[in-house]
Amino acid sequence: MLGTIVAMDDAGFILGSYAITAAVLIGLAWRVLRISRRLSPQVDDVDKYWT
Amino acid sequence: MTTTVPTPQQAASTSAGTGTRATRALGIAAIVMLGWTAAFGLGFSPADRDQRDAVRILYVHVPTVWVAYLAFIITALCSAIYLFTKRHSLGFDRVAGASAEVGVAFMALTLITGALWGRITWGVYWQWDARLTTTALLFVSSIGYLAVRGLGGSHHQRAKRSAVIGLLMVLEIPLVHWSVRMWRSLHQDASVLDPSGDVTMDGLMLFSLFVGVIAFTLLYIWLVLHRSRTLALADLIEDRGLDQAVASRRAEAGVN
Repeated sequence: MLGTIVAMDDAGFILGSYAITAAVLIGLAWRVLRISRRLSPQVDDVDKYWT
Repeated sequence: MTTTVPTPQQAASTSAGTGTRATRALGIAAIVMLGWTAAFGLGFSPADRDQRDAVRILYVHVPTVWVAYLAFIITALCSAIYLFTKRHSLGFDRVAGASAEVGVAFMALTLITGALWGRITWGVYWQWDARLTTTALLFVSSIGYLAVRGLGGSHHQRAKRSAVIGLLMVLEIPLVHWSVRMWRSLHQDASVLDPSGDVTMDGLMLFSLFVGVIAFTLLYIWLVLHRSRTLALADLIEDRGLDQAVASRRAEAGVN
């Protein structure tokens, strides 16, 4: 599979689109989890409808 | 906003975050499916007869726009439920807000991956083409929605204002989707079905696209669940801060 990827036409644009997508989505998930960890200790479990 | 710093006892009595067993399972499923999307998109699926390897961008471009549409439709749906039901539940407002935030990110990815694909096939990153322009308009509208949510006021003021914008924003989706048929467009027509409704894609290409759509949809659900819960936490903390501020003012003034 690595050979297929390396031999692709316009590999920079194609791999770039996958890399940017991965970076944005990882960044978004990380931001959501960071806010969650910052706010969660300030609220008791009884007030969290998901617990 | 006034926030209180938890004591070690308080911190110990609370769970680590907004996750549950179900969201953890969902997150793992999303990661696995995203891995398969990359494997199928970059490796297993064949190159296209006309577009050659550039078609591989399709496996991230189409799922991102699908999730962006889904996110804005959920935002509109939850906005309508908030506005037109007697309870005016803020839970729906939070899901609407969380979904719009995620939708903005996916819409941005649609524009970026589309620009990279355009550079390969058209030779330019951007054209003021009907599909691209209407997509950019939807993206700007969604940022406007988030800006309106960030304005001051009570939770219900925020919810009412943003619900109206959310309902207006969703009206742009048919315009974006049908723009390639309504106007002459550089952008290709529907990727999966031709105008008569027949599937026009190769089996493995269609399967790769399907894997991408499932992966991104799972990730969307995971993000919205966590984000709506953090919005609920933020509202709770803000309410408690207000209550404490009112109580301290009353105490200063000697009012019971």
